[in-house]
Amino acid sequence: MFYREAGDFKTSYAADGQTFPIAFDRWRYYAVLAVAFLAIPLFITEYSANAVLIPFLIWSIIAIGLNILTGYCGQVSLGTGGFMAVGAYASYKIMTAVPDLNILFVVLLSGGVTAAVGMLFGLPSLRIKGFYLAVATLAAQFFLVWLFNRVPWFYNYSASGQITTQERTVLGFAVTGPNAAPEAKYLFCLVILFAMAWVARNLTRGRLGRSWMAIRDMDIAAEIIGVNPLRAKLSAFAVSSFFVGVGGALFFSVYLGAVEVGEAFGINKSFLALFMIIIGGLGSIFGSFAGAAFIVLLPVFLKNVMVGGLGWPTDIAAHFEFVILGALIIVFLILEPHGLAALWRTVKEKLRLWPFPH
Amino acid sequence: MRLKKMATLALAGVMGASPALADLVFPSLSYRTGPFAASGIPFADGYADYFTLLNERDGGIGGVRVQVPECETAYNTEKGVECYEATKGLGALVYQPLSTGITYQLIPKVTADGIPMHSMGYGRTSAADGTVFNWIFNYPGTYWDAAAIMVQHAKDVSGGSLEGKTIALLYHNSAYGKEPIRTLEEIAKNEGYNLTLIPVDSPGQEQKSQWLQIRRERPDFVFFWGWGVMNQVAVQEAANIRYPMENFIGVWWSGAEPDVLPAGQGAHGYKSVNFTGVGTGFPIFEDIQTHVVDKGLAAGDGQSIGQVQYNRGLYAAMLAAEAARRAQEIHGVADITPAMMRDGMEALEITSARMAELGLPDFAPEITVTCANHSGPGKALVQQWDAEAKVWNAITDFMTADRSVIDVLVKEDSAAFAAESGITPRSCN
Repeated sequence: MFYREAGDFKTSYAADGQTFPIAFDRWRYYAVLAVAFLAIPLFITEYSANAVLIPFLIWSIIAIGLNILTGYCGQVSLGTGGFMAVGAYASYKIMTAVPDLNILFVVLLSGGVTAAVGMLFGLPSLRIKGFYLAVATLAAQFFLVWLFNRVPWFYNYSASGQITTQERTVLGFAVTGPNAAPEAKYLFCLVILFAMAWVARNLTRGRLGRSWMAIRDMDIAAEIIGVNPLRAKLSAFAVSSFFVGVGGALFFSVYLGAVEVGEAFGINKSFLALFMIIIGGLGSIFGSFAGAAFIVLLPVFLKNVMVGGLGWPTDIAAHFEFVILGALIIVFLILEPHGLAALWRTVKEKLRLWPFPH
Repeated sequence: MRLKKMATLALAGVMGASPALADLVFPSLSYRTGPFAASGIPFADGYADYFTLLNERDGGIGGVRVQVPECETAYNTEKGVECYEATKGLGALVYQPLSTGITYQLIPKVTADGIPMHSMGYGRTSAADGTVFNWIFNYPGTYWDAAAIMVQHAKDVSGGSLEGKTIALLYHNSAYGKEPIRTLEEIAKNEGYNLTLIPVDSPGQEQKSQWLQIRRERPDFVFFWGWGVMNQVAVQEAANIRYPMENFIGVWWSGAEPDVLPAGQGAHGYKSVNFTGVGTGFPIFEDIQTHVVDKGLAAGDGQSIGQVQYNRGLYAAMLAAEAARRAQEIHGVADITPAMMRDGMEALEITSARMAELGLPDFAPEITVTCANHSGPGKALVQQWDAEAKVWNAITDFMTADRSVIDVLVKEDSAAFAAESGITPRSCN
């Protein structure tokens, strides 16, 4: 009914190979974009921006980044928090060293720095894989956090070891610092997320993405058919770290404004990102969004229901939040081990036949 | 469908929970969960109970009732931001974020939004400079005052000189714990002691290697900058290696009942500085019993009343209430705005007579806040734990920190902040 293909003809290879081949799907995608770019900025409030939407957008970028590495290339990484910290500290150093540089370039350069660091820590992946690689990237997590705490150069020798963002503008609108309007911050993150998700989607269906997936599915077979494992794995680490670094830079400069490395980029951040892609769906761009939404939005929603709506004491609500979130994760993974993306795919299949399933 | 219903319910709930506009709103960014809950719960209880007392006994402040919406941060910065955004729309008069990380986060935000913040004895020390930090207050004292007082006490007990002695600073490896380092290094130049820095990573349950180092080096004093679960572990570890407890001195956030009780007899003699009095021997506790506890309105289970952190929460609420009262006097309106609240905080003066009137005689030093000095007198006493009687005893009077070193550092740091954020310091004359 909704997802029917009858009457939806393709006359070129380009039309046949597009991301959303079904007309209804494509229009829905345009509608979502229109809402995100045009409608939400009209109704955005400071609370919805700073507590809900901006963290969701930033976490989506990070989840896409990790999904490229773990979901598409099969390299398990527990170093996401550390790479986010690299992005954040790089953006801080660049911001203070080159005050005139536009924040957009600061963010992209931070991504570049993180990509380099990520490739460095990706080198062991040529020799080890699976759990062993997870341990190697875990070392990256601890090493990087320790480094940023230990070496005062990274936080410009400030007494407390905190890094603080400064006001930076895009087209005359402040996007970082305390005076930034929620609309400006939201749109800045949204534009970056849109561009990066678009790049990621097209990378993963191109030659590079196919080489990643070949490595993921069976590295020896991939090598036999001509995929260079060195190039595939390192490129996956580089692209993934670039995304995570951009996410980390935004996390620090746009979202939080002041950051302390141990608290903001601890091991739990790595776990959060991993949960996001597992719950959302490994090897799926949509899954990264769904996972980020699940992990970021649900706790805020639950808190507002339990404390704001039902008037429960805050500590009981906080503990219940853990229980409900944990239970939901288990339920989801039992019902659909391949994540929310697979659930969504099933729903789409069903809708395609509805109302005449055979 | 069900989701929609729930969303509507949530929205209605948020609407329903917002206080009537005529109330004075003091949000409580508490943490009753997480690794720091042991210290956070009694503080939040004390904070809530004092305002409940004002509502029940006096009908609020200046005839206006008080609302204390609570928001759980778990000492986590992101949740702190969420809590700030969620509560500021309710007409919040002052924020007490109770965490150095969240304080740093909120300093630019509250300044932009025009809401005063009171980081009582924590947060950014250089916020003491009111010419740069218009909206931030940290009276009655700063970390650097605490560090100087700890050195002073160490000097007093070692016969007037610290020449050639060693002091180890065992600290939470975060902005909070790093705060006293500069001061201790500066004072070391005058006093001639050697400073060893021993960081402990958050949350601080794992301190074996640090205490091994202390055991090996045997410093004359261990200064301690911990919080929450880290305190209990440190006191226990000190007892395990039989470190002389009277030479183990904690900052004011590292000396409460939950920190020393788990170590039992081993904790006997442990010291910490404190900027409030301890125990329930103050007239106000009778009022709290009658108007709050007996009516079943107490925020906690009643176990923590009179404990160090409870009293400190009470004190924080008292300072906020007094500032609000002062603001009402200055502006002649009962229903004050955050900007008026700021004026009240800047003109705050609490005398001994006023403290006695409030039922808290000699509970804390007299406070005078001025436009240039947002940190007040910077006084604290040293208390010692008696494990037999399970009470803290004050062993000194309120001491003043040597401000000669501190003032220079404050000026330096606040000037750096002003340059970094493009603030022109205002004139205070």
